[in-house]
Amino acid sequence: MRKVAMQRGVIAILDVGTSKIACLVLRFDGPERFTTVDGVGPMAGQSSFRVIGAATTRSRGVRFGEVDAMAETERAIRTAVQSAQKMAKVRVDHVIACLSGARPRSYGLDGEVDVHGAVVTDQDIGRVLAACDVPDYGAGREVLHAQPVNFALDHRSGMADPRGQTGARLTTDMHLLTVDASAIENLLYCIKRCDLELAGLASSAYVSGISALVEDEQELGAACIDMGGGATGISVFIRKHMIYADSVRMGGDHVTSDISMGLQVPLATAERIKTLHGGIMATGMDDREMIEIGGTTGDWELDRRTASRAELIGIMRPRVEEILEEVRLRLDAAGFEHLPSQKIVLTGGGSQIPGLDALASKILGQQVRLGRPLRVQGLPQAATGPAFAAAVGLTLFAAHPQDEWWDFEIPAERHAGRSFKRAVKWFKDNW
Amino acid sequence: MRSLTARRAPQPAGIRRDPAPTRWSYRYQRLMLTPAFRALVRIGLPVLLIVFIATAWITNEANRAMLTAQIAALKAAVQDRPEFLVTGMEIDGADPYLTDAINEAVQLTFPLSSFDLDLAALRDTVARFGAVRDVVVRVQPGGTLSIAVDQRVPVAVWRYGEELRLIDAEGVITGLIQNRGDMAALPLIAGDGAKDAIDEALALFAATGPVRPRVRGLVRMGERRWDMILDRAQRILLPTQDPLAALDRVIALHEAEDLLERDVLVVDMRNAARPTMRLSEPAVAILRRAADNQ
Repeated sequence: MRKVAMQRGVIAILDVGTSKIACLVLRFDGPERFTTVDGVGPMAGQSSFRVIGAATTRSRGVRFGEVDAMAETERAIRTAVQSAQKMAKVRVDHVIACLSGARPRSYGLDGEVDVHGAVVTDQDIGRVLAACDVPDYGAGREVLHAQPVNFALDHRSGMADPRGQTGARLTTDMHLLTVDASAIENLLYCIKRCDLELAGLASSAYVSGISALVEDEQELGAACIDMGGGATGISVFIRKHMIYADSVRMGGDHVTSDISMGLQVPLATAERIKTLHGGIMATGMDDREMIEIGGTTGDWELDRRTASRAELIGIMRPRVEEILEEVRLRLDAAGFEHLPSQKIVLTGGGSQIPGLDALASKILGQQVRLGRPLRVQGLPQAATGPAFAAAVGLTLFAAHPQDEWWDFEIPAERHAGRSFKRAVKWFKDNW
Repeated sequence: MRSLTARRAPQPAGIRRDPAPTRWSYRYQRLMLTPAFRALVRIGLPVLLIVFIATAWITNEANRAMLTAQIAALKAAVQDRPEFLVTGMEIDGADPYLTDAINEAVQLTFPLSSFDLDLAALRDTVARFGAVRDVVVRVQPGGTLSIAVDQRVPVAVWRYGEELRLIDAEGVITGLIQNRGDMAALPLIAGDGAKDAIDEALALFAATGPVRPRVRGLVRMGERRWDMILDRAQRILLPTQDPLAALDRVIALHEAEDLLERDVLVVDMRNAARPTMRLSEPAVAILRRAADNQ
C-alpha cells in the first residue's frame, strides 16, 4: 500500500493526538536529489519529499491517544485532511497515521538458525526472523512494529546487515511492539469513513524519536519522551533502532484539568492560562505576578478573580512530576540505565512548559535536553515546534521506513502446501 | 436597556472556531480536487453547454434561414464594394471581327463584382475560338476586365469543298470567308491534307518569283505532293521529294526560255531526271506542221 501511495506521489500524514490532529500532505518528487556520496547518507530520505499542505485541528473525541468517540474523531480527521488538501491543492487518497496511546508493550525476541549455503542470503534473514519465538502477547492485541534490531553471525554481533557475509549460525534480536487491536480498528474505521486508505501505521513514540533524536543520540542510546496531550510516549533508541517503547497515560490535558479544578475555571480558560503563564520552577517573583483568571459568568466577583503564578505552578508541578516519575519507572523497568549513553530528549507539546528541563534533569538524570523535530522541506513555520515531533517523524517514516519483519520474504517451509497462494502473491507483488 | 435582538455568544477564549466539514462537503471538495474531474468541470461542461445551445438554435428552420441570409448579406456587402467592381471590358490583340465575336460570346453585364467573375471559364470561352492562339484574362486595377488575345494570323486560304477556309502558319483554321476576293492577298491552297503541309506550300509560294501574279494556287495531290495551278489552266506538277528545287528549275527555265508564256498545259517535274511538258492541241499541231515542213 505504501508503494502504491509512493507511485501516486502524494501521501498524507495523520497524527491523531489527544489535543490536536495534524495532517501534512507530502509530495514525493521521484528519485532523491541528493545521492549518497562517501560519508554523506541519503539524509534519511528527507530530500525526496516536500510538505505541500499542513493543517491542524483541535482534536475531538480522542482520549489518552485512543479514539474515544468515533464520529467526533472522524469529523476532526476530516477537518484536518480537508484543510491540508486545500492548501496542497491536490487530492490525497493514502494516509499514514500514528497513534500515541493504545497501551504499547515491547518485547525483545531472538531467533537462531543455521545458515544455508556459504553466505547469508535474504532467505536466511527471513528464516531467522521467522525462527523468533513470538511471545503470547494476549488476545485483542496487534503487532504494530516488529523490527530486527541486531544480527549476529557466529561470534560476531552488532551487525546491521549480515547479507553476503560468510558464517554458519545466524542469530537475531527483534523488537516487537504490540498495541490494543481495538484502538487500531477504531482508528482504521475512522480513516476509512473519511474515504482514505491507510498506507501505514506507526507508534507516535517511535516516530517522535526518529524526528527529535539526532543521529548520534540514536546511535549511542537515548530515550525520547514525547509529552503529548493525553499520553506521554517513551521510546528508547540505540544503534539507530528502537529497542523499547511505552506510553504513560498522562499528559498535558491532565495538567489542564488540574488547573481547571484548582482554579475553578473552564477547561478552555485553563488551557489558555497554562500556555500563557504556565511554569514548573517557582521563584520569588512568581508570588507577585498575578494572573487574571477571567470568566463569563456575569458575576463580577467571580469574573475578576486573580491567581498568582506561584499558585499556578503549585498546581502544575505535582502533575508534571508525576508524569516524569512514571516515565522514570518505565525507563527503569526497561533497563535504560544499562545503556552506554543515557541521553533523554523531551519533546511534544508538553515539553514547552518553561522550566521543564530543570525538573526533568532532577528526576530523569543529568543528560536531559529539549528536542525539536528535524526540519523537513516545505514545513510551515507554525509546524516546526516540538508539538509536531510525531507528525514530522511520520514524514521521515513515510519516506524512509525501517525494515520490518514482514518486509522480508517468509521462508519457503512456512508455505508448504500453499503454492497457489504463493503464485497469487507473486502476481500481486509483480503486477 | 437590554437589547432584545439575539447577540452571538462571545467565543470562549482559547478555542478557535474550527467547524468540521460535513461528509458531503468533504466529498465534494475531494471530488473537485481530482484533476480529471476538475478538467471536466472547467472545460468539458462549458463546451458541452455551448454545443448544446448552438445545436438547439441551429435546428430551428427560421434561425438557419436567418443565418444563411445574414451570411449572404455580409458577403454581398463585402463583394459589392467599389474596390471589387469591374466596370468594363477591353479586348486587346484581336481584329474587329474577333472582337465582335468575343463580345457576343462573353455576354457580361457591367458593372459586376470581381467575385462573380469566373475568369477560368471566361478564358476557356475565349480560347475556344479557332482564331485565338492564346488568351490572358485578368482584372486590371481600376476595375477593367482585360482580355489579351494572341490572335492567329491567316496565311493562306484553303478551299475545302465549297468552303473557303483561312488557315494560319500552323495549319489551324482561323475562320471562313465567303469570296476569294475577301482575302485576295493570301495564296490559295486546296486538296486533302493541304493544311498539314502548309509550311511547304508557303515556301513554294515564296519561291514563285516572277510568276507570282499568274499563280492561282496549289493543289495537294494524293496528300503527298503539290500541283501549282497558274492562269490559262497551266499546271506545274511538283515531286513529293524536294518540290522547291523542282519549282526553282521551272522558274529558271521560264526566265530563260519564257516557258510558261508558251502554250504549255502541264509541266511535269515529278521525275527530276525526266521533266516532261504537255502542250495544248493547237501547239502540238503547229509543232507537227513545222516539223513536216522541214
